[in-house]
Amino acid sequence: MAIDCLVLGAGQEVGKSCAVVTINGKRIMFDCGMHMGYLDHRRYPDFSHVALDGDFSGAIDCIVITHFHLDHVGALPYFTEVCGYRGPIYMTYPTKALAPLMLEDYRKVMVERRGEEEQFTAEHIAECMKKVIAVDLKQTVQVDSELQIRAYYAGHVLGAAMFYAKVGDSALVYTGDYNMTPDRHLGAAQIDRLHLDLLITESTYATTVRDSKYTREREFLIAVHKCVAGGGKVLIPTFALGRAQELCMLLDDYWERMNLNIPIYFSAGLTIQANMYYKMLINWTSQKVKATYVTRNPFDFKNVRNFDRSMINTPGPCVLFATPGMISGGFSLEVFKNWAPSEINLVTLPGYCVAGTIGHKLMSGKPTKIELDKDTEIDVRCQIHQLSFSPHTDAKGIMDLVKFLSPKHVILVHGEKPKMASLKGKIESELGIPCYDPANNENVNVPSTHFVKACASDAFVQSCLSPNFKFSRRNREYECSHQKDSEGVPILQVRDERIAEGIVVMEGNKEAKVINQDELLHVLRRERHEVEFAYCFPAQLSNKNEEPSDTSTDNLQCPYRKCSLLRALLSELSKEFPQVEIQDFGEYVKVESLRVAICLTDECPYRVGGHPLVGCGSVFLCCKWLSRDEQLVWKMISTVRTLDLSLPL
Amino acid sequence: MKLTCLSRGKGFYFPPCHMLNVCGFRILIDCPLDLSALAVFAPIPPGFSAVQDEEDFGHSVGESDGCESGNEERKNIEKPMDAKALIRSEPWYKTVANLHLWNLSFIDVVLISSPSGMLGLPFLTRAEGFSAKIYVTEAAAKLGKLMMEDLVSMHEEFRQFYGSEELGSPHWMKWEELESLPSAMKEIVLGTDGIELGGWMPLYSAADIEDCAKKAQKLKYAEVACYNGTINIKPISSGLEIGACNWTIRYPDGTIAFVSSSEFVPSHALEFNYNALRSCDVLIYSDFSSLDILETANKGSNYTAPEDSSTSSDLEELLLHADESSEEMDKLNFICSCAVDAVKAGGSVLIPIGRLGIMLQLLEQISICLESSQHKVPIFVISSVAEELLAYTNIIPEWVCKQRQEKLFSGESLFAHVELLNGERLQVYPAIYSPKLLLHWQEPCIVFCPHWSLRLGPAVHLLRRWHGDEKSLLIWEEGMDSDIALLPFEPKVMKMKVLRCSFLSGIVLKKVQPLIHILQPKFLVLPEDFRQQIISPVSDSYSVLHYSVNETLKLPTLKEGSELEITADVISRLHWKNLQEQNLSITRLKGNLVMCDARRRILYSDELPCSNSEPPLLSGALDLQKLLTRLSEMGIGGSLQEGSVTTDGLSDARVLRIDAPSEALLEIRSTSTIISAANEELAFHIRDAVNSILDGT
Repeated sequence: MAIDCLVLGAGQEVGKSCAVVTINGKRIMFDCGMHMGYLDHRRYPDFSHVALDGDFSGAIDCIVITHFHLDHVGALPYFTEVCGYRGPIYMTYPTKALAPLMLEDYRKVMVERRGEEEQFTAEHIAECMKKVIAVDLKQTVQVDSELQIRAYYAGHVLGAAMFYAKVGDSALVYTGDYNMTPDRHLGAAQIDRLHLDLLITESTYATTVRDSKYTREREFLIAVHKCVAGGGKVLIPTFALGRAQELCMLLDDYWERMNLNIPIYFSAGLTIQANMYYKMLINWTSQKVKATYVTRNPFDFKNVRNFDRSMINTPGPCVLFATPGMISGGFSLEVFKNWAPSEINLVTLPGYCVAGTIGHKLMSGKPTKIELDKDTEIDVRCQIHQLSFSPHTDAKGIMDLVKFLSPKHVILVHGEKPKMASLKGKIESELGIPCYDPANNENVNVPSTHFVKACASDAFVQSCLSPNFKFSRRNREYECSHQKDSEGVPILQVRDERIAEGIVVMEGNKEAKVINQDELLHVLRRERHEVEFAYCFPAQLSNKNEEPSDTSTDNLQCPYRKCSLLRALLSELSKEFPQVEIQDFGEYVKVESLRVAICLTDECPYRVGGHPLVGCGSVFLCCKWLSRDEQLVWKMISTVRTLDLSLPL
Repeated sequence: MKLTCLSRGKGFYFPPCHMLNVCGFRILIDCPLDLSALAVFAPIPPGFSAVQDEEDFGHSVGESDGCESGNEERKNIEKPMDAKALIRSEPWYKTVANLHLWNLSFIDVVLISSPSGMLGLPFLTRAEGFSAKIYVTEAAAKLGKLMMEDLVSMHEEFRQFYGSEELGSPHWMKWEELESLPSAMKEIVLGTDGIELGGWMPLYSAADIEDCAKKAQKLKYAEVACYNGTINIKPISSGLEIGACNWTIRYPDGTIAFVSSSEFVPSHALEFNYNALRSCDVLIYSDFSSLDILETANKGSNYTAPEDSSTSSDLEELLLHADESSEEMDKLNFICSCAVDAVKAGGSVLIPIGRLGIMLQLLEQISICLESSQHKVPIFVISSVAEELLAYTNIIPEWVCKQRQEKLFSGESLFAHVELLNGERLQVYPAIYSPKLLLHWQEPCIVFCPHWSLRLGPAVHLLRRWHGDEKSLLIWEEGMDSDIALLPFEPKVMKMKVLRCSFLSGIVLKKVQPLIHILQPKFLVLPEDFRQQIISPVSDSYSVLHYSVNETLKLPTLKEGSELEITADVISRLHWKNLQEQNLSITRLKGNLVMCDARRRILYSDELPCSNSEPPLLSGALDLQKLLTRLSEMGIGGSLQEGSVTTDGLSDARVLRIDAPSEALLEIRSTSTIISAANEELAFHIRDAVNSILDGT
């Protein structure tokens, strides 16, 4: 039994997330993203690794998409409509609602503005989304009779989810992108404590540990305010959904408080339209935002207006949210070309920028010139502000999640190679969990849990559930040394240690049967054979306080004398063995299965080894016990042998 | 597993109530209120009807509303059944009387299947000693809470009118008062068997509702909740209402599917997901709706079972065939046209329908009809919770039907009322005396408001206003005795038109059998009333059991033995022993039994005391020759003693005397052996030899 994880994308890099996991014969594709940094075949995961013959529907049981970002969903229409995957696709309601907007936006940018060849059409997107099955959080979806999946809140963007998948007894979680701290409109990731064989987690910020969000938000607001106060224009290149809403809530609130009336624009109707979705999906936002649904739509921004292309060169300060993020092309690039040469302007880069995009170039160092293509070069004189808050979890969050879930294995994806290696080391050394960071198209194989199924008899189940009380007296010495601590502890302590004890019976190739010990003989059709031990040996009686010796043996015939002899034995034994319970039954003394009686038979067969009576004061003690108590009994016998049972009269 | 039906309920508003015993846990399914019983109380003010008696009723108020001033003829109706007979007191509420026969503190789990199944829940949660875990879908909890809050706010009117509560039981509960009630009303109060008086309770408070809502655990759609590691509970949409669900209950030895009233093709709530209920062990069918229809309509002929040859796809087509839903659409269209006709004629329309689904659809339909008829009248929704209710229905795409979910994906609102509210064609007010409502009030108009019992809320006041107007229309549901319900509004002189309609509220009879065919349970548990209606075909693989109210039905054990899962680390520590002659392998198993995810699991535990391990279980007879050989191999010498005397003198014992290395004795019988040695070590050696020959386990 094993789990196979083939990383098709986001292996030691960020972009085109795609992992194909085979778990007990079921194959699930987690995310089907595209790489924003490439324009050639490298933008899509190499699907040929999934099925060489191209029969993807047969090779994969289902696709699970964690959220609507293009690096997680971008290749989906291509995979379903061009490659021909026909199986089920699962995503949350918000992802199903918002992913087509992202895809369509991207397609337009690629085709209409960059003039590229079309990878998939608008119809492809629509057709693809029709195949998607929307799921609610925590909804347990039975994909088929064996495969079960479940979404958990991930907090990264609206509708982002971590997915749990279970086949038989093996289970794993694929996190997608997640955030362990709540932001303006989303809550923090939330998951149950699950028994996992494997956790596949993102590691964008594998080594960063962030401080309070508040200061970082303030830095952003001050930078923006400074720029517009100086008459500059602020460009915030962002994707239409998620980040835009969060920053807009922040700015709108700040504008209100500072009484500013500088316009905030949205580049396309897209973000405005997106607010409609946000309103209906308000249940997927944070608790605080959710509570306002009756009175006011928190996504109705007071100071926000639509932007028109003709306004690019209109003088005067403004703030503009332009798509796409990372300045990977399209309108944000167009605006950037116009605004970058002026030093009073500001470009704010929210979050992560994929290698290869202009955003990435701006973030790595301070370039003064950016080469767009062979003929175009842009002078960059404007200020660059990098937003250091991001909807991804930081290293502490990743460690917290891994620790909380305590999976048997961890695979890191969606991060940068050196940072991942450092996090991998940390997980292995601090948490002792084997961790892997495979590169693209590498396969990781980990063992998985398997339970052996058996049929238990009712008597076995009953015996497991019946209480098994253990009484123990508190140790005197302990009491002395721990006078203060032990005051509240009662002398007698009771513990209920239930142990499942039985016998497994396998008959040929039939299912194993677990039965109670008492039932075994019935199954075997045999009778029980009891093995007992017996030993009859003399014990010493001293002569102090003793009447003339000749009477002593006779006296033994009298029950009273027998009793007092036994009682003397009992008191001696309980002194020597304070831990065990010794019962007096008059005729005999009982310790566990051991019975000790005064033997009056002259020819007792158990009187082996030849022990003459030593002195007239001695008696024979006849013992019988079961083998389970043999250790204890032999210890007692050797004790009794040394004893001198004085007989008070 | 045991099932006790506490109440078969009464239609949509009063769902059935059951007690289920699974694995020793008591599970209460639904806790509704019979609000139709409110009919025995007089609405306030109680004296407004034309019956103004010379007698002074202490409570009655002399003031008379303007609209009644026209009907001042004083009638002295001799019949006992008149407006005077209604109980003039702050109403109490009728719960499931049989539930009070159970000790509430012994209930372990409560499952709420629909918003109306929740209305009685605060009575439980406020009871002393009640500590059950309550599971309810998030949407049902929200809608149920709104309904309860609305109920409390409407009831407040009575509190203000009658003043503080009476101490002890109210005057109308006295036997002589009950005796003097007209028989129809007496039946409502006491039930047909006369035992339901104990079910009446004074209403809970707003604080009780808050407390109740806090105690309930809200589930997402199809979220699995695990109770005590033993029972897995999962809500599956039933289609009856937003948030309404059926349950699958999985315990270590089987699965139970609990089917409450369900709709296959609803036009507002998420569809009945019957596929999730397939191949369960026990199917408990608790949809009484088709029986209610049978009672009101003529007793129809038995529905014949489908041919066994019909394939499951045929059956599914039959289930999803939306003839009853298109019938529902026709009904709604008819209602709309009646409403539009009424307003065209200058009358107003009062719609006191409590079903959220019907209300939302009527809002959509009526506004379309009004638009197409170019008639502009305002539509009012008056209820203390209306604003929140309408807002809430637009933010739960997870619980609306597929058709409306598509609206989300194309960026439109789920229900048309959102646009109506924006366009101000629809106006929502919390109460009839809201200043804003008075400002915008305009007649004719269409008003949606509670309560369908015609005893509470704005409906009472509007009915008072319009009942004499022959142009106005009351659109009202079937289900209540109209004689009693309209009693305070002078049925004799009521000129207002009344359109009574009934709506689909469950699985129609002809679909019951195909549904069971598709679900293929091992046991089918049906209400006794279905014995006549559904005849199980002989060839079927399932067996049918019938239940009736207040009788406990015990279900047969589903499986021989119990399923057990053993972890690999326990298995790897087992030492197997082969018993050749019986083709058996046996081994001792030791671990911790843990209930987890409704499964029994044996986990390895290193904390188990293993020092005093059990001696092996020995069986069979001891072969003396083998024993002698084995002993001599171990260097122990001895011989069988013939005819020796044993302790008990029984002759079947053989005695084996050991002389080397030291003296010992074995007394061997067919089922027991006694080892006697003076030397501890020798005793152990002999014991080992005996054990090895006896095939110990």
